[in-house]
Amino acid sequence: MAETVKDKVRNFIVENFLFGDTSYQLADDASLIENDIIDSTAVLELVAFIEDNFGITMSDADIVPANLDSLARISSFIETRAGSVAA
Amino acid sequence: MRIEQFLIDKAASHPQKVALVTARKRLRYEELDDLSNRLASALAKNGVKRDDRVLVFMDNCWEAAVSIFAVMKAGATFSPINASTKADKLAFILADCEAAAILTQAKLMPVVAEAIAGKAPIFVASTAGPNGQSPVGAVSFADCLANEPDRIDHHGIDVDLAMLIYTSGSTGRPKGVMMSHRNCDAASDSITTYLGNTPDDVILNVLPLAFDYGLYQLLMAVRMGATLVLEKSFAFPQAIFDRIREEGVTGLPLVPTMAAMILQMRDLQPGFLPSLRYITNTAAALPIAHIERMRSLFPGVQLYSMYGLTECKRCTYLPPEELDRRPGSVGIAIPNTEAFVVDENGNRAAPDVAGELVIRGPHVMQGYWRNEAATQHMLRPGPNAWEKVLHTGDLFKTDKDGFLYFVGRKDDIIKTRGEKVAPKEVEAVLHAHRGIVEAVVVGLPDAVLGQAISALVVLSDPALSEKDIIRHCAKHLEDFMVPKSIEFRSELPKTETGKISRRLAAESVEIVQ
Repeated sequence: MAETVKDKVRNFIVENFLFGDTSYQLADDASLIENDIIDSTAVLELVAFIEDNFGITMSDADIVPANLDSLARISSFIETRAGSVAA
Repeated sequence: MRIEQFLIDKAASHPQKVALVTARKRLRYEELDDLSNRLASALAKNGVKRDDRVLVFMDNCWEAAVSIFAVMKAGATFSPINASTKADKLAFILADCEAAAILTQAKLMPVVAEAIAGKAPIFVASTAGPNGQSPVGAVSFADCLANEPDRIDHHGIDVDLAMLIYTSGSTGRPKGVMMSHRNCDAASDSITTYLGNTPDDVILNVLPLAFDYGLYQLLMAVRMGATLVLEKSFAFPQAIFDRIREEGVTGLPLVPTMAAMILQMRDLQPGFLPSLRYITNTAAALPIAHIERMRSLFPGVQLYSMYGLTECKRCTYLPPEELDRRPGSVGIAIPNTEAFVVDENGNRAAPDVAGELVIRGPHVMQGYWRNEAATQHMLRPGPNAWEKVLHTGDLFKTDKDGFLYFVGRKDDIIKTRGEKVAPKEVEAVLHAHRGIVEAVVVGLPDAVLGQAISALVVLSDPALSEKDIIRHCAKHLEDFMVPKSIEFRSELPKTETGKISRRLAAESVEIVQ
């Protein structure tokens, strides 16, 4: 089965912010900030990951919790934005 | 004056004024006072007495602010612990200060449970988890607040310890900095004086309350009867800017990493935060280029370059009107203190001659908790027979007008994200891994972090990857102490006498990069 956007994002988070700890139960809607998974510098890495892998340019106004503070929000943001680019 | 008196006084004079704003709660002065009285009663009922130590192991939440004042109202000494502290270190601190209680959050209870396992039982209170229940092994924080708001007659005076702040020591063992109420009173008086704080100030703090720079934002806001907007993270600067606009924030304390993040943003227009009156920076110097860009982004905002260390809270500040003339300076001694540079013989150094910065004043710590050797190293006889002065371990020089410039550190402490990290503390964790033969930790220049922690390791288990080692570190160290990169070597750089050389290690990494 093809890797979905959510799979890609999850792999990135596990690899980079959980340092490959696949035993961590990362719920789709869990806040990455509240659960201490990402910090300030991690957000910069996350933005670079999204821009580099999905052809999206993020403005300052995009880098907000509503778009990036859970696996589900990140995936949804990418799908919406990548979809609009494709269209 | 004792520090809890700040709150008691403001609750009496301005009960309706908003003291604290968090994402979940707004507390007026009368409410912050009342809640901290209730928690103080709960602490007293559970055996916490004058001069006992109580750990406040929480992130930046309203319960942390209530806890800090409650501990002092019980006559006890609070020790704020970074929320990313792991069980080994928490256990060390618990034993070191013989804490009588821990106030924590549900999400941190697994760490607390591991740290206290097998030890003598102590009082633990925790906030509720997502299910609304307090974790097993802890008393409910909400139940504590159901106590009567009686004042505790603890008979404490202002030379008692207000707080014990653990810092990373160069030996790798955390040291508890002892600050009396009088120390904190003097430091907060001095800082609010030069910042010109008033009751109309609204200060936004994202720095951890476990970090003295963050903690003092709370103490100073309450001292002034001002409002503190408490946030957990600067990860989403745009969200913080929204908070600044919504709350009419006037004061914004930064560390260089936050300034670097602001300056990386693409769409900001000068004057985009019109309510701001001042910005402060400390923990490490802002690069001069960043100072210039910050000034053009925040026209009319006073920018304070400051310098300090936990052992005396703050040493120096540069009056904003001097910024054009001496952008690289961290200024002059804060009001009612002295800061001077001495040579190796303890004599005052001439202008432009580097030497150790020495601090004299009522803000200087009482020493390190039960660590006489470290205390004697930092607090030494001063110009007068009756006093001790603080030897900072930092090298400074002055210009001809007496303004101070940071030159470097005498030891090998790394400053990353504004926090001090002792390489030995990280190395101890690396050495505890069975697959690692030896390791040395260095700080490398980094545009955002100031210094990034890098470890050079020699493996006995060739299967170990960089991620494996970072994950091991993340399990045992606070987030900011975890190495950003690992380099594998067949041997570590050594001096002629065979000692591992941190300096040669750092040079070898920088050359490779």
